[in-house]
Amino acid sequence: MRIDLDVIQAWIKPGSRVLDLGCGDGTLLHNLCSNKQVSGYGLEIDPKQITTCISKGLNVIDQNLNQGLDNFADKSFDTVVMTHALQTMHAPHQVLEDMLRVGEECIVTFPNFGHWKARWHLCAKGRMPVSDLLPYQWYDTPNIHFCTFRDFEVLCHQLNIDIVHRQVVAERPVSRLLKDVRPNLFGETAIYHLRKQAWQASRGDNGPKREG
Amino acid sequence: MANIHARDSVGLVQPQTFHFDDPLLLACGRSLNSYDLVVETYGELNRQCSNAVLICHALSGHHHAAGYNSEEDAKPGWWDAYIGPGKPIDTNRFFVVSLNNLGGCHGSTGPRSINPASGRPWGKDFPILRVRDWVHSQARLADRLGIEQWAAIIGGSLGGMQAMRWALEYPDRVRHCLVIASAMKLSAQNIAFNQTARQAIMSDPDFHDGDYLAFDTYPKSGLSVARMIGHITYLSDDGMGQKFGRDIRSGTFQQGSAEPVEFQVESYLRYQGDVFSSSFDANTYILMTRALDYFDLAREYSDDPVQAFSGANCRFLVISFTTDWRFAPDRSREIVNALVGAGKSVSYAEIESEYGHDAFLIPIPEYYNLFTEYMKTVSTD
Repeated sequence: MRIDLDVIQAWIKPGSRVLDLGCGDGTLLHNLCSNKQVSGYGLEIDPKQITTCISKGLNVIDQNLNQGLDNFADKSFDTVVMTHALQTMHAPHQVLEDMLRVGEECIVTFPNFGHWKARWHLCAKGRMPVSDLLPYQWYDTPNIHFCTFRDFEVLCHQLNIDIVHRQVVAERPVSRLLKDVRPNLFGETAIYHLRKQAWQASRGDNGPKREG
Repeated sequence: MANIHARDSVGLVQPQTFHFDDPLLLACGRSLNSYDLVVETYGELNRQCSNAVLICHALSGHHHAAGYNSEEDAKPGWWDAYIGPGKPIDTNRFFVVSLNNLGGCHGSTGPRSINPASGRPWGKDFPILRVRDWVHSQARLADRLGIEQWAAIIGGSLGGMQAMRWALEYPDRVRHCLVIASAMKLSAQNIAFNQTARQAIMSDPDFHDGDYLAFDTYPKSGLSVARMIGHITYLSDDGMGQKFGRDIRSGTFQQGSAEPVEFQVESYLRYQGDVFSSSFDANTYILMTRALDYFDLAREYSDDPVQAFSGANCRFLVISFTTDWRFAPDRSREIVNALVGAGKSVSYAEIESEYGHDAFLIPIPEYYNLFTEYMKTVSTD
């Protein structure tokens, strides 16, 4: 299993209710069901992935995340998870808020656009980064809202979101050595464990007003 | 082209008639003291009686869902694409039970049957039925067949309503509920279409206020128009466009020619209407459309679908089709949201298709594969 999925699994309480946004082929949800006895649903829009989830006996719901999570009640899940999909959302900040409305806490992973390779690509070549990690051209990428770790943490602060845990993952040797020293430069993937700030959560306030 | 000897066909099948003598109290307050149900079964019931699958038919359906009733049959049963060896509802794994519902006109007790009290056909006096009456009669059929719990109950459209009602009325007797192109209740537009169809039948002079059998006739043109209306709503605009376009079957638009033009779509609809009206009973059509209109899953649960589903014990698969405007995807999402709200196991897929409501009957690869994978999990459950 991917390292980030291992980390997520460690953060999820046994028997909890989990909503997995953009669950893909259901690898994470399946592992959580088998190893942590969680219950819950995966949301996905790719028909092939939905069928794969179904073949694994998972609960999967065909739903476009860009249309929000209005069909889920407040605090109806213990944990809402989103792995490697935040950067594909039309409005990542609204998705984050929705995740923390629906769940007591959430876990988010995304690729770090501040990684040295991306910086080097832009700086030295003057071209948008294309790498083995992010193999798309600027015009055909599904990743429309890139951020660095630092960007993300600024957003969390603005939305009154507490960062409970942060784990930085790097699979390449150099990055692995240096990721803890300079995470925003060498971390490839970030895994954030988030919660609404206590005073916000108790007031049921959703923080700053949404746009639109 | 399917054929009787194909490896994935259930082949030659014969319906059986089950007679019931225990009075069935109906939702309308009347009861049927005795009745027949006509049933086809495919595959073998295993020793634990744990592999039975119930097929609930839609408005104009019947027991003949798969295979052929004779070597001469041109067409197989109505859901043959999905029932058979190696097909999604795999008869190598499952014992499939398909019946003609009460009130039907294909052998089960209905308006064409003899009313024992009068010695004449029931006709318009046949009791008004609701979906739950079918469910209760199906439960008695399950008792008769020795099936304590269905592995799955599967239905499209009106059939999906029966499957959902089963999950609420007999929560311990169903493990999986498959609800395809269905809804928790009809919209006003849907009821309006049904009412227009009924009016077409009732305003036919041959209807004789529902007593047409006594006059040795039937409302052929009314029933035919009713079917045409239904048929239009089962297809999508795009689907019809692709199938017929503005193609002409006869006549010409040439200047100077007065030869009347008939479009392909006209001829198609007339053919559908003719075939249907000569094989279907008008009172049954009225009864079935009313059952559709009256159905409201959550009515007795304070109109709260979450509360309605809270007692269900089975897993659910809900499927809708993008161009189905008669039972639109939003109606299926309402089912899914209620199930999620009630904390039930549910999966949902919205299948891309141009076939409108009829899509649930048609082999569409994405739908077929998903259905197959789900049924595999049912068989290993």
